[in-house]
Amino acid sequence: MGITGEDLILACSAIGAGLAVIAGIGPGIGQGIAAGHAAAAVGRNPGARGEIMSTMLLGQAVAETTGLYGLLVAMLLLFVKPLV
Amino acid sequence: MNNAILLSSGADDIDFMIHGLFSYELFGHTVWITTSHVCILIVMLTLIVFAFIANRKLKRAAEVPDTFQNITELIVEKLDGIVVGVMGKNASKLVNYISTIFIFILMSNISGLFGLRPPTADYGTTLALGLITFFLIHINQFRYQKPKQIWRDMCSPLPPWLPIWFPINLISEIAVPISLSLRLFANVLSGTVMIALVYGLLSKIAVIWPAALHVYFDLFSGAIQTYVFCMLTMTYVNQAMDAEE
Repeated sequence: MGITGEDLILACSAIGAGLAVIAGIGPGIGQGIAAGHAAAAVGRNPGARGEIMSTMLLGQAVAETTGLYGLLVAMLLLFVKPLV
Repeated sequence: MNNAILLSSGADDIDFMIHGLFSYELFGHTVWITTSHVCILIVMLTLIVFAFIANRKLKRAAEVPDTFQNITELIVEKLDGIVVGVMGKNASKLVNYISTIFIFILMSNISGLFGLRPPTADYGTTLALGLITFFLIHINQFRYQKPKQIWRDMCSPLPPWLPIWFPINLISEIAVPISLSLRLFANVLSGTVMIALVYGLLSKIAVIWPAALHVYFDLFSGAIQTYVFCMLTMTYVNQAMDAEE
């Protein structure tokens, strides 16, 4: 079975896509920290629950962006195949 | 050739791509009408029909509201509450736009439940929304702030006569619509891809339990992203409207 240059590029693109979604670690840690602090804040001040929730969700969504960039790079490598 | 591995594993019905329906020539460019256009038209049609019915109903609003009037009033009150909570005294300037875009993005995101491909999983849609936000920010900045003030903001950590930070602030301004649109796009796209993978690869055992995935990816994630998009738009525009004394 001969391996052409295109096959090699596709295989390396798949490896690259796998490496790109490692970016998901960062947002995971960040969102966990935000949720933990929000839980502590609700514990201290249960009256401000709504405000804390919306602030937490906003912060988590912004923190999520970098992970989504990793996902986008992986999707581009897998389906748009810019290198082939 | 490229899909040889996927095809040999019996996964030839994974489908989350945008398909072109027909094309026409416009000034020498080939323009495609895609499934995104069709889905966005269906969403718009639904909203327009709802708006017409609500309009006719509320013209003859009763003292004791019936179910439909109750639901409509609930939606309007909730949206008003969100906008007033963030923007305060500037709320009346933007409440119509934010409400419109909130309902539109929400309906687009949850249209995956009804078998459509969500229009927000097409970068064209979300980039348009992000660009509207971008122009709203800067038009309001020029309307409510003096040029001197804007220049001082753009050179912000250093004094105005030393514009070393100007290019960096310029990049951060340009990054706003890109990150806004990419965030919405990538979230909805990831949900679409996950559900397409489940239906494509596990088609034999995907019977009832994908409903839980739909609840998470379409309803929960879609609602959160809608909220975040509108929240960030309001925050940025409110910042631009508040001229510092």
